[in-house]
Amino acid sequence: MSEHADTQHGHDDDHDHDGVGAIHATLKGYMTGFGLAAILTFIPFWLVMSGAFAKTGPADALILLLAGIQIVVHMVYFLHMSTKSEGGWNMLAFVFTVVLVVITLSGSIWIMYHLNDNMMPWTMQDARNQP
Amino acid sequence: MTADNGASKALSFHVEGEHHVPNGTLLGFWIYLMSDCLIFACLFAAYGVLGHEYAGGPRASEVLELPIVAVNTTLLLLSSITYGFAVLEMQANRKGMMMMWLAITGLLGAGFIGLELKEFAHLISIGAGPQRSAFLSSFFTLVGTHGLHVTSGLIWLVTLMVQVGKKGLIPANKRRLMCLSMFWHFLDLIWVGVFSFVYLMGVLS
Repeated sequence: MSEHADTQHGHDDDHDHDGVGAIHATLKGYMTGFGLAAILTFIPFWLVMSGAFAKTGPADALILLLAGIQIVVHMVYFLHMSTKSEGGWNMLAFVFTVVLVVITLSGSIWIMYHLNDNMMPWTMQDARNQP
Repeated sequence: MTADNGASKALSFHVEGEHHVPNGTLLGFWIYLMSDCLIFACLFAAYGVLGHEYAGGPRASEVLELPIVAVNTTLLLLSSITYGFAVLEMQANRKGMMMMWLAITGLLGAGFIGLELKEFAHLISIGAGPQRSAFLSSFFTLVGTHGLHVTSGLIWLVTLMVQVGKKGLIPANKRRLMCLSMFWHFLDLIWVGVFSFVYLMGVLS
Protein backbone atom coordinates (compact mmCIF):
# COMPACT_ATOMS: atom_id res chain seq x y z
CA MET A 1 0.00 0.00 0.00
CA SER A 2 2.72 2.45 0.89
CA GLU A 3 4.35 1.81 -2.48
CA HIS A 4 1.17 2.90 -4.18
CA ALA A 5 1.05 5.98 -2.01
CA ASP A 6 4.59 6.91 -2.94
CA THR A 7 4.20 6.54 -6.69
CA GLN A 8 0.98 8.47 -6.43
CA HIS A 9 2.83 11.19 -4.62
CA GLY A 10 5.45 11.67 -7.31
CA HIS A 11 2.78 11.60 -9.99
CA ASP A 12 0.65 14.23 -8.35
CA ASP A 13 3.56 16.51 -7.59
CA ASP A 14 4.32 16.75 -11.27
CA HIS A 15 0.78 17.28 -12.42
CA ASP A 16 -1.28 19.23 -9.99
CA HIS A 17 -0.74 21.62 -7.19
CA ASP A 18 -3.60 20.92 -4.90
CA GLY A 19 -1.57 18.88 -2.47
CA VAL A 20 -3.65 15.73 -2.67
CA GLY A 21 -0.52 13.68 -3.27
CA ALA A 22 1.13 15.15 -0.20
CA ILE A 23 -1.07 13.01 2.02
CA HIS A 24 0.35 9.54 2.55
CA ALA A 25 -2.58 7.41 3.62
CA THR A 26 -1.61 3.85 4.44
CA LEU A 27 -3.62 0.81 5.39
CA LYS A 28 -1.43 0.37 8.47
CA GLY A 29 -2.13 3.92 9.61
CA TYR A 30 -5.89 3.57 9.21
CA MET A 31 -5.99 0.20 10.95
CA THR A 32 -3.86 1.48 13.84
CA GLY A 33 -6.16 4.47 14.22
CA PHE A 34 -9.27 2.32 14.01
CA GLY A 35 -7.97 -0.17 16.58
CA LEU A 36 -7.00 2.56 19.05
CA ALA A 37 -10.28 4.44 18.53
CA ALA A 38 -12.30 1.24 19.04
CA ILE A 39 -10.50 0.48 22.30
CA LEU A 40 -10.81 4.08 23.52
CA THR A 41 -14.53 4.03 22.73
CA PHE A 42 -15.18 0.62 24.24
CA ILE A 43 -13.57 1.34 27.62
CA PRO A 44 -15.73 4.34 28.66
CA PHE A 45 -18.94 2.76 27.29
CA TRP A 46 -18.23 -0.46 29.14
CA LEU A 47 -17.38 1.36 32.37
CA VAL A 48 -20.60 3.37 32.29
CA MET A 49 -22.98 0.73 30.93
CA SER A 50 -21.79 -2.03 33.25
CA GLY A 51 -22.31 0.30 36.18
CA ALA A 52 -18.69 -0.08 37.27
CA PHE A 53 -18.58 3.63 37.96
CA ALA A 54 -20.15 5.33 40.92
CA LYS A 55 -21.61 8.66 39.86
CA THR A 56 -18.73 10.93 40.81
CA GLY A 57 -15.97 13.23 39.61
CA PRO A 58 -13.19 10.72 38.86
CA ALA A 59 -15.45 8.96 36.36
CA ASP A 60 -16.05 12.21 34.46
CA ALA A 61 -12.34 12.97 34.49
CA LEU A 62 -11.51 9.53 33.09
CA ILE A 63 -14.17 9.79 30.34
CA LEU A 64 -12.85 13.21 29.31
CA LEU A 65 -9.25 11.97 29.38
CA LEU A 66 -10.08 8.99 27.13
CA ALA A 67 -12.05 11.29 24.80
CA GLY A 68 -9.05 13.64 24.62
CA ILE A 69 -6.73 10.78 23.73
CA GLN A 70 -9.16 9.51 21.09
CA ILE A 71 -9.41 12.97 19.52
CA VAL A 72 -5.62 13.02 19.19
CA VAL A 73 -5.74 9.51 17.65
CA HIS A 74 -8.30 10.70 15.08
CA MET A 75 -6.19 13.76 14.32
CA VAL A 76 -3.02 11.78 13.71
CA TYR A 77 -4.28 8.63 11.97
CA PHE A 78 -7.46 9.79 10.17
CA LEU A 79 -6.85 13.48 9.51
CA HIS A 80 -3.14 12.87 8.79
CA MET A 81 -2.11 15.72 10.99
CA SER A 82 1.51 16.29 11.92
CA THR A 83 3.73 19.23 12.74
CA LYS A 84 4.98 19.16 9.15
CA SER A 85 1.69 18.87 7.23
CA GLU A 86 0.95 21.91 5.05
CA GLY A 87 4.28 23.36 6.06
CA GLY A 88 3.22 23.74 9.67
CA TRP A 89 0.15 25.88 8.91
CA ASN A 90 -2.18 23.02 9.81
CA MET A 91 -0.67 22.84 13.25
CA LEU A 92 -0.67 26.61 13.70
CA ALA A 93 -4.38 26.89 12.85
CA PHE A 94 -5.09 23.92 15.08
CA VAL A 95 -3.21 25.31 18.09
CA PHE A 96 -5.01 28.63 17.67
CA THR A 97 -8.34 26.79 17.59
CA VAL A 98 -7.48 24.76 20.67
CA VAL A 99 -6.67 27.97 22.57
CA LEU A 100 -10.03 29.49 21.57
CA VAL A 101 -11.91 26.28 22.40
CA VAL A 102 -10.31 26.08 25.85
CA ILE A 103 -11.10 29.74 26.58
CA THR A 104 -14.70 29.34 25.37
CA LEU A 105 -15.41 26.12 27.24
CA SER A 106 -13.61 26.72 30.52
CA GLY A 107 -14.54 30.41 30.58
CA SER A 108 -18.25 29.80 30.00
CA ILE A 109 -18.55 26.96 32.46
CA TRP A 110 -16.46 28.70 35.12
CA ILE A 111 -18.27 32.03 34.95
CA MET A 112 -21.78 30.59 34.61
CA TYR A 113 -21.15 28.22 37.49
CA HIS A 114 -20.33 31.13 39.79
CA LEU A 115 -23.16 33.20 38.35
CA ASN A 116 -25.59 30.40 39.19
CA ASP A 117 -24.15 30.26 42.69
CA ASN A 118 -24.67 33.97 43.19
CA MET A 119 -28.02 34.34 41.51
CA MET A 120 -29.95 31.39 42.81
CA PRO A 121 -29.84 31.19 46.59
CA TRP A 122 -32.56 28.54 46.56
CA THR A 123 -32.48 24.81 46.26
CA MET A 124 -33.51 22.72 43.29
CA GLN A 125 -36.54 21.68 45.31
CA ASP A 126 -37.70 25.31 45.34
CA ALA A 127 -37.06 25.58 41.64
CA ARG A 128 -39.20 22.53 40.95
CA ASN A 129 -42.05 23.77 43.08
CA GLN A 130 -42.18 27.27 41.69
CA PRO A 131 -45.56 28.19 40.12
CA MET B 1 2.26 9.17 -18.69
CA THR B 2 5.08 9.47 -16.21
CA ALA B 3 7.73 8.80 -18.87
CA ASP B 4 6.27 11.51 -21.06
CA ASN B 5 6.31 13.86 -18.17
CA GLY B 6 9.91 13.04 -17.35
CA ALA B 7 10.96 14.04 -20.86
CA SER B 8 9.16 17.35 -20.77
CA LYS B 9 10.60 18.02 -17.37
CA ALA B 10 14.15 17.54 -18.62
CA LEU B 11 13.63 20.18 -21.29
CA SER B 12 11.88 22.82 -19.22
CA PHE B 13 13.95 25.71 -17.92
CA HIS B 14 11.55 26.97 -15.35
CA VAL B 15 9.35 25.40 -12.74
CA GLU B 16 5.87 25.27 -14.18
CA GLY B 17 3.11 26.48 -11.94
CA GLU B 18 5.46 27.92 -9.39
CA HIS B 19 2.99 30.70 -8.67
CA HIS B 20 0.50 28.20 -7.30
CA VAL B 21 0.21 28.20 -3.56
CA PRO B 22 0.97 24.58 -2.70
CA ASN B 23 -1.83 22.61 -1.00
CA GLY B 24 -4.11 25.65 -1.02
CA THR B 25 -7.45 23.88 -1.09
CA LEU B 26 -6.72 21.39 1.65
CA LEU B 27 -5.27 24.06 3.94
CA GLY B 28 -8.29 26.28 3.28
CA PHE B 29 -10.61 23.41 4.03
CA TRP B 30 -8.68 22.68 7.22
CA ILE B 31 -9.20 26.27 8.33
CA TYR B 32 -12.94 25.89 7.60
CA LEU B 33 -12.95 22.78 9.79
CA MET B 34 -11.24 24.73 12.57
CA SER B 35 -13.94 27.42 12.38
CA ASP B 36 -16.56 24.66 12.47
CA CYS B 37 -14.76 23.42 15.55
CA LEU B 38 -15.43 26.81 17.17
CA ILE B 39 -19.16 26.51 16.44
CA PHE B 40 -19.18 23.17 18.19
CA ALA B 41 -17.10 24.59 21.06
CA CYS B 42 -19.80 27.22 21.63
CA LEU B 43 -22.55 24.59 21.52
CA PHE B 44 -20.57 22.37 23.91
CA ALA B 45 -20.11 25.37 26.22
CA ALA B 46 -23.85 26.08 26.08
CA TYR B 47 -24.57 22.46 26.92
CA GLY B 48 -21.96 22.54 29.70
CA VAL B 49 -23.69 25.56 31.22
CA LEU B 50 -27.31 24.46 30.69
CA GLY B 51 -26.95 20.67 30.82
CA HIS B 52 -28.11 20.44 34.42
CA GLU B 53 -31.00 22.92 34.20
CA TYR B 54 -33.85 20.44 34.02
CA ALA B 55 -36.67 22.88 34.94
CA GLY B 56 -38.36 20.03 36.78
CA GLY B 57 -38.37 17.98 33.57
CA PRO B 58 -36.60 14.72 32.79
CA ARG B 59 -32.96 14.39 33.75
CA ALA B 60 -30.26 13.32 31.32
CA SER B 61 -29.91 9.95 33.01
CA GLU B 62 -33.65 9.33 32.59
CA VAL B 63 -34.01 10.01 28.87
CA LEU B 64 -30.66 9.18 27.27
CA GLU B 65 -30.35 5.57 26.14
CA LEU B 66 -26.79 4.33 25.93
CA PRO B 67 -27.36 1.16 23.84
CA ILE B 68 -28.60 3.25 20.88
CA VAL B 69 -25.66 5.61 21.31
CA ALA B 70 -23.24 2.68 21.41
CA VAL B 71 -24.63 1.40 18.08
CA ASN B 72 -24.50 4.92 16.63
CA THR B 73 -20.91 5.37 17.73
CA THR B 74 -19.98 2.04 16.18
CA LEU B 75 -21.65 2.98 12.88
CA LEU B 76 -19.83 6.31 12.70
CA LEU B 77 -16.46 4.81 13.61
CA LEU B 78 -16.93 2.05 11.00
CA SER B 79 -17.88 4.66 8.41
CA SER B 80 -14.63 6.48 9.22
CA ILE B 81 -12.53 3.42 8.49
CA THR B 82 -14.50 2.54 5.33
CA TYR B 83 -13.89 6.08 4.05
CA GLY B 84 -10.22 5.45 4.83
CA PHE B 85 -10.37 2.32 2.64
CA ALA B 86 -11.96 4.42 -0.12
CA VAL B 87 -9.05 6.89 0.09
CA LEU B 88 -6.57 3.99 -0.21
CA GLU B 89 -8.40 2.72 -3.32
CA MET B 90 -8.39 6.26 -4.69
CA GLN B 91 -4.63 6.45 -4.24
CA ALA B 92 -4.31 3.15 -6.11
CA ASN B 93 -6.63 4.52 -8.84
CA ARG B 94 -9.10 1.65 -8.45
CA LYS B 95 -12.34 3.45 -9.18
CA GLY B 96 -14.77 0.52 -8.77
CA MET B 97 -13.47 -0.52 -5.37
CA MET B 98 -13.42 3.10 -4.24
CA MET B 99 -17.05 3.59 -5.23
CA MET B 100 -17.96 0.44 -3.32
CA TRP B 101 -16.31 1.71 -0.12
CA LEU B 102 -17.92 5.13 -0.58
CA ALA B 103 -21.32 3.45 -0.90
CA ILE B 104 -20.70 1.46 2.30
CA THR B 105 -19.63 4.67 4.05
CA GLY B 106 -22.84 6.33 2.88
CA LEU B 107 -24.99 3.46 4.15
CA LEU B 108 -23.30 3.53 7.57
CA GLY B 109 -23.77 7.31 7.72
CA ALA B 110 -27.43 6.95 6.73
CA GLY B 111 -27.85 4.33 9.46
CA PHE B 112 -26.40 6.79 11.97
CA ILE B 113 -28.80 9.54 10.91
CA GLY B 114 -31.73 7.12 10.92
CA LEU B 115 -31.04 6.00 14.49
CA GLU B 116 -30.52 9.58 15.63
CA LEU B 117 -33.83 10.69 14.11
CA LYS B 118 -35.51 7.73 15.78
CA GLU B 119 -34.03 8.80 19.12
CA PHE B 120 -35.18 12.40 18.60
CA ALA B 121 -38.67 11.27 17.64
CA HIS B 122 -38.84 9.09 20.75
CA LEU B 123 -37.72 11.98 22.99
CA ILE B 124 -40.27 14.35 21.49
CA SER B 125 -43.03 11.74 21.76
CA ILE B 126 -42.46 11.32 25.52
CA GLY B 127 -42.65 15.09 26.01
CA ALA B 128 -38.89 15.61 26.20
CA GLY B 129 -38.69 17.89 23.16
CA PRO B 130 -36.34 20.87 22.83
CA GLN B 131 -38.93 23.22 24.37
CA ARG B 132 -39.15 21.26 27.64
CA SER B 133 -36.05 22.55 29.47
CA ALA B 134 -32.73 24.31 28.97
CA PHE B 135 -31.02 20.95 29.16
CA LEU B 136 -33.09 19.56 26.29
CA SER B 137 -32.78 22.76 24.23
CA SER B 138 -29.00 22.67 24.41
CA PHE B 139 -29.00 18.89 23.88
CA PHE B 140 -31.08 19.08 20.70
CA THR B 141 -29.04 22.02 19.40
CA LEU B 142 -25.68 20.33 19.92
CA VAL B 143 -26.60 16.82 18.76
CA GLY B 144 -28.86 18.18 16.01
CA THR B 145 -26.11 20.40 14.61
CA HIS B 146 -23.82 17.39 14.46
CA GLY B 147 -26.58 15.41 12.75
CA LEU B 148 -27.06 18.19 10.19
CA HIS B 149 -23.34 18.09 9.45
CA VAL B 150 -23.49 14.34 8.88
CA THR B 151 -26.50 14.84 6.60
CA SER B 152 -24.57 17.46 4.58
CA GLY B 153 -21.68 15.01 4.41
CA LEU B 154 -24.02 12.36 3.00
CA ILE B 155 -25.34 14.74 0.32
CA TRP B 156 -21.77 15.69 -0.53
CA LEU B 157 -20.81 11.99 -0.68
CA VAL B 158 -23.59 11.16 -3.16
CA THR B 159 -22.70 14.23 -5.25
CA LEU B 160 -19.06 13.17 -5.38
CA MET B 161 -19.98 9.60 -6.35
CA VAL B 162 -21.95 10.99 -9.30
CA GLN B 163 -19.05 13.25 -10.26
CA VAL B 164 -16.52 10.43 -10.07
CA GLY B 165 -18.90 8.23 -12.03
CA LYS B 166 -19.08 10.80 -14.81
CA LYS B 167 -15.53 12.14 -14.96
CA GLY B 168 -13.47 9.44 -13.27
CA LEU B 169 -10.61 9.93 -10.85
CA ILE B 170 -9.34 13.23 -12.22
CA PRO B 171 -7.15 15.39 -9.94
CA ALA B 172 -10.04 17.74 -9.17
CA ASN B 173 -12.18 14.85 -7.98
CA LYS B 174 -9.33 13.46 -5.91
CA ARG B 175 -8.97 16.83 -4.23
CA ARG B 176 -12.70 16.88 -3.47
CA LEU B 177 -12.56 13.35 -2.11
CA MET B 178 -9.72 14.35 0.22
CA CYS B 179 -11.73 17.35 1.44
CA LEU B 180 -14.72 15.13 2.18
CA SER B 181 -12.36 12.69 3.88
CA MET B 182 -11.26 15.42 6.26
CA PHE B 183 -14.87 16.52 6.80
CA TRP B 184 -16.06 12.98 7.50
CA HIS B 185 -13.26 12.15 9.96
CA PHE B 186 -13.79 15.54 11.61
CA LEU B 187 -17.45 14.67 12.25
CA ASP B 188 -16.40 11.42 13.87
CA LEU B 189 -14.00 13.44 16.02
CA ILE B 190 -16.79 15.78 17.15
CA TRP B 191 -18.94 12.75 17.89
CA VAL B 192 -16.27 11.52 20.32
CA GLY B 193 -16.86 14.74 22.26
CA VAL B 194 -20.65 14.34 22.01
CA PHE B 195 -20.88 10.78 23.28
CA SER B 196 -18.37 11.42 26.06
CA PHE B 197 -19.53 14.82 27.26
CA VAL B 198 -23.26 14.55 26.60
CA TYR B 199 -24.24 10.89 26.76
CA LEU B 200 -21.76 9.12 29.04
CA MET B 201 -21.34 11.98 31.51
CA GLY B 202 -25.07 12.76 31.29
CA VAL B 203 -26.02 9.23 32.25
CA LEU B 204 -23.56 9.30 35.17
CA SER B 205 -24.77 12.61 36.58
